Amino acid sequence: MSETLAIVLAAVVAGTPLLYAALGELITERAGILNLGVEGMMVIGAIAGFAAVYYSGNLWLGVLAAGASGGLLALAFGVLAISLRVNHVAAGLALTIFGISLGSYVGKPLVGQSLSLSEVQLSGGLTSLPLIGPLFREVHPLIWLSWLVFAGIWFFLARSRAGLVLRSVGESTASADALGYPVMRIQYLATVFGGVMAGVAGVFISVVYTSIWTEGIVAGRGWIAVALVIFATWRPGRCLVGAYLFGGMTMAELLGQVIGLGVPTELLSATPYLATVIVLVLISRKDSTMRLSVPASLGKSLDIKG
Amino acid sequence: MPFRFEARPAPSRKVFWLSPLFAVALSSLVAMAIFALSGLAPVASLILFVTDPVSSLYGVGELLIKAAPLVLIAVGLAIGFRANVWNIGGEGQIIMGVIFSGALALHFGDSGSWLVLPGMVLLGILGGCLWAAIPALLRIHFRANEILTSLMLNYVAHFGLIFLVHGPWRDPAGFNFPQSKPLGEAALFPILIEGTRANISILFAPLAVVLAWLLLKRSFLGFQLQARGVSQNAAQYAGFRADRAILVGMLCGGAAAGLAGVAEIGGPLGQIYPTVTPGYGYAAIIVAFLGRLHPVGILFAGLLMALLYLSGDTAQMSLGLPPAIAGVIQATLLFFLLSTEVLVNYRIRRARELSAARAMA
Amino acid sequence: MTHAAKEQPVPRWRLELVGISKTYGSVVANDGISLRVKPGEIHGLVGENGAGKSTLMKILYGMVRPDAGQIIWNDKETLIGSPSVAQRLGIGMILQHFALFDTLTAAENIALGLPGRPPLNDVIRRVKAVGEQYALPVDPMQHVYTMSVGERQRVEILRALMQSPRLLIMDEPTSVLTPQAVERLFDTLRIIAREGCSIVYISHKLGEVQRLCERATVIRRGRVVHTCETARESEASLARMMIGSEPPALREKPPSSPDAPHRVQIDNLSLQLDDPFSTPLKNISLSVREGEILGIAGIAGNGQQELFSVLSGEIPKPDAGTVRMDGQDLAGLSPLRRRSLGLCALPDDRMGRGAVGSMPLSWNLLLTNNRQSHVRHGFIRFRRLLASTEDCIDKFKVVAPGPEAKAASLSGGNLQKFLIGREVLQAPTVFVVSQPTWGVDVGAAAAIHQVLLDLSAAGCTVIVISEELDELFQLSDRLVVIASGTLTEPMERADFDRDAVGLAMAGKTPLATQAGQGQEMTDAVSV
Repeated sequence: MSETLAIVLAAVVAGTPLLYAALGELITERAGILNLGVEGMMVIGAIAGFAAVYYSGNLWLGVLAAGASGGLLALAFGVLAISLRVNHVAAGLALTIFGISLGSYVGKPLVGQSLSLSEVQLSGGLTSLPLIGPLFREVHPLIWLSWLVFAGIWFFLARSRAGLVLRSVGESTASADALGYPVMRIQYLATVFGGVMAGVAGVFISVVYTSIWTEGIVAGRGWIAVALVIFATWRPGRCLVGAYLFGGMTMAELLGQVIGLGVPTELLSATPYLATVIVLVLISRKDSTMRLSVPASLGKSLDIKG
Repeated sequence: MPFRFEARPAPSRKVFWLSPLFAVALSSLVAMAIFALSGLAPVASLILFVTDPVSSLYGVGELLIKAAPLVLIAVGLAIGFRANVWNIGGEGQIIMGVIFSGALALHFGDSGSWLVLPGMVLLGILGGCLWAAIPALLRIHFRANEILTSLMLNYVAHFGLIFLVHGPWRDPAGFNFPQSKPLGEAALFPILIEGTRANISILFAPLAVVLAWLLLKRSFLGFQLQARGVSQNAAQYAGFRADRAILVGMLCGGAAAGLAGVAEIGGPLGQIYPTVTPGYGYAAIIVAFLGRLHPVGILFAGLLMALLYLSGDTAQMSLGLPPAIAGVIQATLLFFLLSTEVLVNYRIRRARELSAARAMA
Repeated sequence: MTHAAKEQPVPRWRLELVGISKTYGSVVANDGISLRVKPGEIHGLVGENGAGKSTLMKILYGMVRPDAGQIIWNDKETLIGSPSVAQRLGIGMILQHFALFDTLTAAENIALGLPGRPPLNDVIRRVKAVGEQYALPVDPMQHVYTMSVGERQRVEILRALMQSPRLLIMDEPTSVLTPQAVERLFDTLRIIAREGCSIVYISHKLGEVQRLCERATVIRRGRVVHTCETARESEASLARMMIGSEPPALREKPPSSPDAPHRVQIDNLSLQLDDPFSTPLKNISLSVREGEILGIAGIAGNGQQELFSVLSGEIPKPDAGTVRMDGQDLAGLSPLRRRSLGLCALPDDRMGRGAVGSMPLSWNLLLTNNRQSHVRHGFIRFRRLLASTEDCIDKFKVVAPGPEAKAASLSGGNLQKFLIGREVLQAPTVFVVSQPTWGVDVGAAAAIHQVLLDLSAAGCTVIVISEELDELFQLSDRLVVIASGTLTEPMERADFDRDAVGLAMAGKTPLATQAGQGQEMTDAVSV
């Protein structure tokens, strides 16, 4: 295929974990919960998924394991932030550190191991399907799935009643509560969903993107995803664009070597992180944009009534 | 839910002091569960886990040199946290402290001049401050979230150090390993306790504790910072400047982290590696919370965390467990501490049966 | 009402509360309250701030469970476990602080409040129809954050009406309305009542209760004092029941001299914040004399916050124009600096801005009173601070356990007395205060009014921003009205005219405005 298409596809592949994680965090934050533990959940998802695929050879088992573990961790966070009214930042950082430590601990025996998967196995058996099989050869099923999820989330937020309720909870938990909506339950659901997404993002990195387990495999992408949500002003469409843009940037290192720029590789490696800073600055500058976009009750706990 | 929370009329001091102990107890249970799952005797392993590292003078020295940077950085970060300024860039600020002081150390370490160490200290603090100033200024002028910017800069600093250590600073006699040449005598802190690796830089930690206490509990500036941390609107009404709070909050952490970086290379490491900070920047955040953002609490929390780090190392040798178990238990400790915090301000009550409300007719 | 009539025999009482009690910790909010409301009756619930009205109302709406007592709905005993249960029964509530979502449209807000999942287009249609039926015009596609407070209230009322309630609870609905708008609201309420829906009208404004309600229950300190026919009572007798004694009389102060020097001067002030939720100020000019009390009347959302902040220093510089005190331009000076020059200010949100609830009173004192006596060389002088705090508590008769009590543990009235005292003890030459007696019981309100009068008698320039016309009429030497970010020309005390002021508050003013003759006030905040 043509070179441009190959580059675009590579950016899409690199951006897919960011998309999953950012979409998940977007839903969580739209319900008013700031979950900074995305990095930790991605690591947990990455190792759980990797281990599952390593031992079973089945991609979908890996995805299930990743999603479940990410969701579980998010649930723990939810207990802290929603029911126990812990400061969201503190709880999120605790979650991140916990996820990274646990992931490292559990993954120790698998460090350096690579997955020896056949093409069919890697695509979860979908490439062997008649007619549509070849579709999955070029574009991995999880990428197709990410587009499906994106569409679903877009529809959910923009058109569905449940999405309206979610948005209202994020806007004002007090008002939603006064109207009789189960605010806590909604926030829990949104948080766990975010965790599942982060878990899937993790397994994508460890199984599809690299297929080998190393320390620090997530490399801060969870944090970039959090920044991405702000960059997208909490809108799914912009999340998609942003994820692929950043995906493109994480490839800058490889690209730089290929093109033969005389720039030290370390600078190229730092590009996505520097870019995140710049993007954050650009989007936060205008007070009015932020005020209208930020879910107003983000990070605040619901007042407990007697 | 079968129970609910009811606000207390006043925060419970009893719970405030007991909850850390409660958290420690719960974490010990978790640790024992992990040991049991790995086929080890739970209680015996736990005892071994916590006592083995400090069973010798050398071990105590190791504890001190591990705790000192944690306490130092945590104290600096806590000042910021209390002002609602979230400096997550400790890692990067440590690295910048290393880079700035390292430059001096590598060039003048063999000169034998007594000026080298103080120079390193100043440069280290400067480096950390500069790196922390970036997210501060970005927040002040562009409202950019400092959690994300300071965190991103960690990665940038990390790559910067890798570049230096692979390139200009690489030790020519180092077999191509990415490390600098060992620092000269003048760049190393003198040993404080004979028979250990504990050097005088560990004194920075208690010094920081005292200074932080004075700032937070006795000074007007500290009051301004904390007022802002509790209520931004009230601080604005009072006329306490936001940019000053953000700057002071970030720079306290930056200075402390930079100084800790100097202590690392001028102390136990004696050399500059890419892994000069084994996650201290993040661990200090845990220490800060475990110590409840109070300087004295942080002192104890730092010692505890350092102990867990050492325990993690011995766990590998004596128990056959990956050293990452330390991180797991540390995070568990934090989790439990945060969970029990709620009881300071809220009581648990049974959900009233509504039929009981019909008592009066 | 817009529902298929599932007609049942008309019950004797729509609602009966028997012996309702609720205690929070050591505070008894409701103590054995009993009341009854007939179908189609407009029943007033009267009591001053802190008497227990909100708690009772929250119990009625299922947001709070009572510790004891019964609720009997349409002659049948019921339990109201949550707002959705209340809604299903047919109880609708208009909260004082609206449960609205700013970034959504009116229709979306209303749709959220309706049970089931009606399609949005349906809701839009019904909003237009019901709005016409009850004279409550609302644009269903308008985003709430662009609406005036009065318009938001209409959205709230519509939402409640569209659920075909049999009982409507209204909590202090007129604090955000002009006098003319109040009349229109009353017309709407009478229509609703005529159709058989009962109304519980919670208010501390006795004149309104007298005019609107057939019967009223008076609550004091959590207990029912009396249930009466309003026709047989007077405002004064209701006041006596509400407070339990004669309302305190205020000492008159001598009118300020017209020759007194002008202390505060605002010239052609304009301000537009980058915040979509704020109101721009346009070309404001004001001049206030020494020893004068200037009242600024207006409904919330017309620029009061912004004007206050420009004076206090929270917004240090306007876009155009000047703010001068004793001839000195205050631009760029922080609140700290302004205080040291003698300008003190107290905002309307005392919890979370004027004071910090979780901090003790002594630290709250330090918030604004942090000069020489309390801070030296950067260190806090704790002994002096405690002494000053105790002094403030004494002088202003604040009921508090001590100087170390947390601000949040004080009642609204006592905290407000403390905060006013905090500012007054700094001997300001200019004092700006917003909503000085909001949420404050009658006794404390009278004390605060007296403090303000005494302050101005001693030569201080006082600017009072308030939504309560009675308060402003009582205190002010001169009065201006703020609407849509512009001011009217000042009105002298002798010329105070309730109707004219009411019209000005709605932006339909015969009074000359400073926007100049002939300038359209098309974007006036309508009510």
